[in-house]
Amino acid sequence: MLRIQQLVKRYGHDEPVLKGLDLEVPDESVVSIIGASGAGKSTLLRCINRLVEPTSGSIELNGAELTRLHGNELRKARRRIGMIFQGFNLVDRLTVMENVQCGRLGYIPYWRAALRKYPTADIDRAYTLMERVGIAHYANKRADELSGGERQRVGVVRALMQNPEILLADEPTASLDPVSSRQIMELLQTLAQELQLPVLINIHNVAEAREYTQRIVGMRFGRLIFDGKPEDLDQSAMDTVYSGTPAEDRQQAEQDTSRAVVS
Amino acid sequence: MTQPSVAERAWSRYTPQQRWKRFAGLIVVALAVTWSVATLDVIWPWVWDAPVQIGDLFRRMVPPEFSNWRAIFWALVETLNIATLATFVAVFVSLPIAYISAQNTTPNRFTLWLGRFILVSSRSVNTLIWALLFVAIFGPGVLAGIIAIMFRSLGFLGKLMGEAIEEIDRRPVEALEATGASRAKVILYAIVPQVIPTFFAVSILRWDINLRESTVLGLVGAGGIGVILQGAIDTLAWPTVATVLLAIIVLVIAGEAVAAWLRKKVI
Repeated sequence: MLRIQQLVKRYGHDEPVLKGLDLEVPDESVVSIIGASGAGKSTLLRCINRLVEPTSGSIELNGAELTRLHGNELRKARRRIGMIFQGFNLVDRLTVMENVQCGRLGYIPYWRAALRKYPTADIDRAYTLMERVGIAHYANKRADELSGGERQRVGVVRALMQNPEILLADEPTASLDPVSSRQIMELLQTLAQELQLPVLINIHNVAEAREYTQRIVGMRFGRLIFDGKPEDLDQSAMDTVYSGTPAEDRQQAEQDTSRAVVS
Repeated sequence: MTQPSVAERAWSRYTPQQRWKRFAGLIVVALAVTWSVATLDVIWPWVWDAPVQIGDLFRRMVPPEFSNWRAIFWALVETLNIATLATFVAVFVSLPIAYISAQNTTPNRFTLWLGRFILVSSRSVNTLIWALLFVAIFGPGVLAGIIAIMFRSLGFLGKLMGEAIEEIDRRPVEALEATGASRAKVILYAIVPQVIPTFFAVSILRWDINLRESTVLGLVGAGGIGVILQGAIDTLAWPTVATVLLAIIVLVIAGEAVAAWLRKKVI
């Protein structure tokens, strides 16, 4: 269970990117986050694992508060939060197995990481997961030799190796061709069920969001303005999420703050 | 609308003002060159005499004297060892310096400036000057040479490695931080693999340069083939000088070949 309350993120003295956002994600649900570029989707995900430092508000994962952790505590918390990236973010010059084992770096001692002497259980788990997503035969290939869809599978397995309590996917299919894109969405959907994980997916492809997730959340101006089942997302809801231009968004945002200041 | 007349269509690359500025620039450069030549205290008769001197020197050098080839051979080995050992040590010492002088990995402002200070001071002093310094400290010999070459290499290796670290792809670093890996493990898995190609390229290049530099170290008494060369010049043993020069050429060409082969093999 992920519970976000009154989350605010402001970069420097600019307009806040997130303005008091509330969101609850129960276990075993796949949630799509949609919204125009710049709505704050990426910032929201990165606030959860603290790649971005939230300005204020609270984020609780299974009862543990994440926003006030530091150093070792933060690293321990991050081990249980898997993340999948738009650009895959693999280490190109390492093999697929090494990339996958990166997911265990928070758990194993330094010498094992340095000598590539991974624990047998980790290697076993890596093979199981790689077989599950169909990349086991690439274990010894370098990551940059794989195609986009295969690279994202490595990214998914790396995140799952962490034994995560939640998966965050930041536009996981935006750099993929349509076929690989659907395969990755299908994979995320079934994995969420198999491993009983909550999954948050930032996504631009609304059709895929409707098809593969049970819940869609729409963001605009750093707030949630839609939260419902895929069938509830009708044309008028789409318009409120996506209408307007970035310039209007900024204007709207400024009006919001001036109103907030007055009240 | 009327067609512009021919006069209006006239075009020139520079305006008259630009032309004058360029002409003035040319005059300044010409004056600077004339002035530097004029202030040099060149003894012209010696210059006109040079071809005769070259011929004379050449006659004294031929045929080269090979009788002490054994001493020259071991001096060459010593030169090679100075270069290799100094490069090897410098490569490892330069890594932490590169790490603290790269914008994206340095712990704080102070370490950044410390790293840059070490790099600049190492690079701004020539190897021979470092050698003079260390001969004064450690006395003449191989040790002074090794340390001199090492000190000069630090700046070179550290600067290029630091630049390689600054140019890495940030995204894998972010991904590994997100898994909860410690800083040391992020360096090991996300930064090291990305700078390894540069690491080998730069190390091989520096070894190649150091091989050349260590041939002249002997001139200030810091070991290597240069010691024999200096001795031969001092005693006017021109046939031996010729042999030493030939030996140096052979060594440098061989070093170049090895470096090229390593580069192809490793990278």
